[in-house]
Amino acid sequence: MKAKYFKPLVFLACLVPLGRLAWKAWNSALGANPIQVITWSTGTWTLVFLMLTLSITPLRILTRQYWLIQFRRMLGLFAFFYGSLHFTTYFWLDQFFDWHSIAKDVVKRPFITVGFTAFVLMVPLALTSTQRAIRWLGKRWQMLHRLIYAVAIAGVIHYIWLVKRDLRKPLIYAAILSVLLLYRVVVWALHRLSNERTENKPSPALKRSVVAID
Amino acid sequence: MLIKKPSDIPSSEITPKGLYITRRRFLGGAGALVGAVAAGSEISEILSPSQSALAGTKLQYSQSQYSTSEKQTPLNDITHYNNYYEFSTDKYEPAELAKNFNPFPWTIKVEGLANKPKTFDIDALLKMQLQERIYRMRCVEGWSMVIPWIAIPLSALLNEVQPNSKAKFVEFTSLKDPKRLPGQQRNVLDWPYVEGLRMDEAMHPLTILAVGLYGETLPNQDGAPVRLVVPWKYGFKGIKAIVTIKLVDHQPTSAWTKAAPSEYGFYSNVNPNVDHPRWSQAKERRIGEFTKRPTLMFNGYGDQVASLYTGMDLKKNY
Repeated sequence: MKAKYFKPLVFLACLVPLGRLAWKAWNSALGANPIQVITWSTGTWTLVFLMLTLSITPLRILTRQYWLIQFRRMLGLFAFFYGSLHFTTYFWLDQFFDWHSIAKDVVKRPFITVGFTAFVLMVPLALTSTQRAIRWLGKRWQMLHRLIYAVAIAGVIHYIWLVKRDLRKPLIYAAILSVLLLYRVVVWALHRLSNERTENKPSPALKRSVVAID
Repeated sequence: MLIKKPSDIPSSEITPKGLYITRRRFLGGAGALVGAVAAGSEISEILSPSQSALAGTKLQYSQSQYSTSEKQTPLNDITHYNNYYEFSTDKYEPAELAKNFNPFPWTIKVEGLANKPKTFDIDALLKMQLQERIYRMRCVEGWSMVIPWIAIPLSALLNEVQPNSKAKFVEFTSLKDPKRLPGQQRNVLDWPYVEGLRMDEAMHPLTILAVGLYGETLPNQDGAPVRLVVPWKYGFKGIKAIVTIKLVDHQPTSAWTKAAPSEYGFYSNVNPNVDHPRWSQAKERRIGEFTKRPTLMFNGYGDQVASLYTGMDLKKNY
């Protein structure tokens, strides 16, 4: 089991962005507007971990390194972790618990509406990430966890909408996400095609295999 | 990823000022004067105009009743956290990218509907009556600073060219030179940067052309050698590195209005009651402070400027 030995290392690596931020904060090296830097950094890493989570499936299939699946939950939970830090930075450091203004932001500012939605949608995924929840939900677990597509799309839109003018960086994330989603569409289409060839109605078994692949 | 390494210490802080100024003068070809540099500070009087005004040169100025007594933002924050899209869309980058920009020599053409159009040399501006104006600066992004500008009232310059009765607006244009201003190599905005004011706004005593900061000539990244400051408007109205000031009869279209008309209007007065479509303007974070403070109408300059807009719907004329 390769994953067994790598897991603690990957776990520590996932904490590096936070450690770096804490180190800079401790040394007053976050520049003129530290809260903004913390907001941006945690937001960026949320997106990065969402992309990493979504890249596990294509990566393990294409490289035949099936053991990679064992990292998916950890990466997904780190996306939620950095997303929570991002949201906490917003309501605590940035807004300082001004719930009235936060509520107004969520309703009136499209980029906050979509960002907040992405965060809320991540909550059930994090809560149902345990073995027990997986067993308990059965097939519904997979359906539920497809929400990550919505989360990632909303996250990228959140980034695109908040930028004033220079779209280069958010569009990089949009491009990566497009590739990751396109992979799923292609796999799904190919399966449908092969199903139609063998018989007109796809058998339940084949249907399941499509589900299993994403 | 988005956290920048702390920028290198500007060369001005490593090399003693006297020394590097001497060096630049020498390199500037004023060889004959090098010996005289040692003689002392009077040297700038002897130098030819285009060589006398160097970045970081101390300026002579008087105080002004228009200055605020609020705590001033540290120079390092003013010079290392600002928007200057001609260099970068990242607020942490202009400091480094503008390091080698040489704003001298420089001239400002004041033209258009005036009786005596005139081209001003930057050195002539620096020799005018300079004043320190400590102003609040509110960025449209929701942060603010208190900046001690060294400036001349814009009206002083405009009065010299004598605008005629047809002049209703003033149009400002920045330098367009993608080689010297690398940010212009991408069409983030429609270069050059253009800004505009109504005539009465331009003539208002609070409206200034800043040529310095903290007692010295403007750092490159803050708009050297000359920039506009209109303290009751959002910061982006303060066009930097101005080359042309034109008196016109129509309302100019500013660069940001052109880019996103629904987000940036012509007036762009600081107004906590009119939100930017994508964020609230009710509060701001003063750089260096933890909690946000409420944003004041006209950035706290309402007593002086509110009368300019009587009868106007400021929600429509944002």
